Amino acid sequence: MLDARELAIGYGATEIGSGLSLSVKTGDILCLLGPNGCGKTTLFRTLLGLLPALSGQVLLGGKPITAQRRAEIARQIAYVPQAHAPPFPFEALEVVLMGRTARLGTFGQPGQRDRETALTAMRKLGIGDLAHRDYSRLSGGQRQLVLIARALAQEAPLIVMDEPTASLDFGNQVQVLAQIKALAQEAAGAGHGVILSTHDPDQAFALDARVLLMKDGRTRAEGSASEVLTGENLSDVYGIPVTVETTGSGRRVCLPSLGRQSAPTMTSDAFTMA
Amino acid sequence: MGRGTTADVGLRRPVLSLTSVLALCLAALAFGAVMIGPFALSPGQTVMALLGQGDAQASIVVWNIRVPRVAAALLVGAALAAAGASYQALFRNPLVSPDILGVSAGAGLGAVAGIFLSLPVAAIQASAFVGGMAAVGFVTLVASMVRNTDRTLTLVLIGVVIGALAGAATSLLKVMADPYDQLPAITFWLLGSLAAITTDDILPALPMVLIGLVPLALLRWRINVLSLGDEEACALGIEVGRIRFLVIAAATLITASVTALAGVVGWVGLVIPHIARMLVGPGFGRLLPVSVLIGAGYLLIVDTLARTIAQVEVPLGILTAVIGAPFFVWLLARGRRGWS
Repeated sequence: MLDARELAIGYGATEIGSGLSLSVKTGDILCLLGPNGCGKTTLFRTLLGLLPALSGQVLLGGKPITAQRRAEIARQIAYVPQAHAPPFPFEALEVVLMGRTARLGTFGQPGQRDRETALTAMRKLGIGDLAHRDYSRLSGGQRQLVLIARALAQEAPLIVMDEPTASLDFGNQVQVLAQIKALAQEAAGAGHGVILSTHDPDQAFALDARVLLMKDGRTRAEGSASEVLTGENLSDVYGIPVTVETTGSGRRVCLPSLGRQSAPTMTSDAFTMA
Repeated sequence: MGRGTTADVGLRRPVLSLTSVLALCLAALAFGAVMIGPFALSPGQTVMALLGQGDAQASIVVWNIRVPRVAAALLVGAALAAAGASYQALFRNPLVSPDILGVSAGAGLGAVAGIFLSLPVAAIQASAFVGGMAAVGFVTLVASMVRNTDRTLTLVLIGVVIGALAGAATSLLKVMADPYDQLPAITFWLLGSLAAITTDDILPALPMVLIGLVPLALLRWRINVLSLGDEEACALGIEVGRIRFLVIAAATLITASVTALAGVVGWVGLVIPHIARMLVGPGFGRLLPVSVLIGAGYLLIVDTLARTIAQVEVPLGILTAVIGAPFFVWLLARGRRGWS
C-alpha cells in the first residue's frame, strides 16, 4: 500500500534525513523509534504528502503521492495527530465526522450515513457516549480516542499516528495500544496498516510491531522488535546504557540504567567536541 | 431529539426553530425601526405607508428615508457578521475581525482618496470598494511570494503590514486635506455612518453581498475542517490553498461592499460570531445563518440609536465600539467553553 524508497526529507534547503525506505501494508504495525529531533515527524509529513520529498519517492497504492489529489490521498491514508485542542468547541461527533470529508464533494455536507459511520467508529473504540460532548473539554486520552475514531471514519486502509500515547496516563496508554493492535488484527482483509511513532520502546514489544529505529535522520536498524531493539542498538541511539531483559511471562522489556547515567557517552561527546 | 438514545445520530439541538425565532425578532425590530425617528409614526401609519397608502408625507418618510436606512443597517450588519464568522474559522482564532487582511484599511484609503479628490458620492463608494479589494489582493499576492510553511500566519502578518501602510497613506491625505470641508467628511467616513443613505447606494452593494455569501454557505463543511489547521485539513482531504482563497475572496467581497456603503464599522464582525457560537456552537452550517441574523439585528439597533439618541448623528463606529468593547471583555471573563 505505502512504499517509500530512498527518501531524503527536510524543509527547502535543510535536509533532515536521507536514505529512508519503508513499506507498509494492511495488517502491519510499523513502529518508528528514535530520539527527539531524529526526523520522525518530518518523515510522517512526507509520507502523508504534506511535505514534498527532497529526493526519492512515496508511492501510495502504487501511484506517486505527488500525482494524487488530497481527497484521493485521504481515502487511502489517515492521520492521527497528537491530541490537540481546536480553537472552537466542536462536539466530539463533529470532529469524528470531519474524517468523512474526503468522501464528500467540495460543496458536500455529511449526511445521515456519514453520521452513522462516525458513530460506529466511536462505539468501536468504546467512546460512543462522548458523541455529544464538547471535544475541547475532553481529557487527553478521550481526545486521542476521538481522533483515532476520526481516522476510522475516514475508512482509509492506512493510519499514521504521531506519538499516540504521548501525554496519556498509564491506563490510557495501554487502552490506546490495545486499540491499535486490534485495528491491525481485524478480520481477514479488513485490518489496517498502522505506522506510529513512540518514545517508549516497550510499546513496540507490546504491539509485536516491526520497528524502524532512526538516528540523525537515517535508518539505524529495521526489522522485528526483538531483532532491532537490542541493548546495543538502544544504547547507541539514545546515548544511555540500556539492557533488554525477558520477564518471567516471556515479554521483553527495556531497562535503562539510571545509576551510571550516560557518564561515558557524555564524556566521550565532550572530548569529541573539544 | 432524545439525546441519550443509541439511535440518536443528530448533531446538537435543532437549529431551524432558533433561526425562525431570530428571523421573526428581526422583522419586528425592522418594523419598529421604521416607526422610530424625528417624524414618529404609529404602527397603523407605518403599515399603511408600507402598503403605499395613507398620507403622502408618511409615505415619503418611510420609503425615501427609513426603509433604505433600515435595509442598509440590516445588510451591513449581516455582511460584517458573516465575514467575521468566516475569518474566525479560517484563521482559527476567535479574536479575528473582518479587517484582519486589511480590507478596512484599504477601503478607508480608497474612500479618503475619493473625498480628497472631491469625487461624487458614487465614485467615492466605488473607490472604497476597489481599495478594500486591492488591499486584500495585494496581501494574498505578497503572502504567496513569501516562502513560509505557515501560510495563515504569513497572511495575517502581511495583512498587518499592508494595513499599516494604507493607514499611513490615509493619514497623509488627512494632513493634506482641506481642514474645513474635506477633513470632517473624511473623519466621519472613517467612523462609519448610514446617514443620508439612499436606495441607489444600497443597490450595488446588495448583489455583491449575496454573491459573497453563496460560496461561504456552500463551503460550510470545508470551513469547519479548515478550522483544525492547514496540516490536518490537508490530511483530511481538503485542497487547503484553493478553499482558503475562495473564502478570503468571498469574505473580502462582502466586507468591501458594505464598507464602501457605510464606512468603517468596527466590532460587529468580531463580537457577533461569538454570540452566535454561544447559541448554536461552532459548526459553520449553523453559525453562518445565525450570525447573519444577529448581526443584522444588532446593527439595526445600533443604527437606530445612532440617529435618535442625540440631536446630531452619532457615528456608528463609536457606538459599536462603546457597546462592543465591554461586551467582549465580559465574554472573555466568562471564560466558559474555551473560546466560544
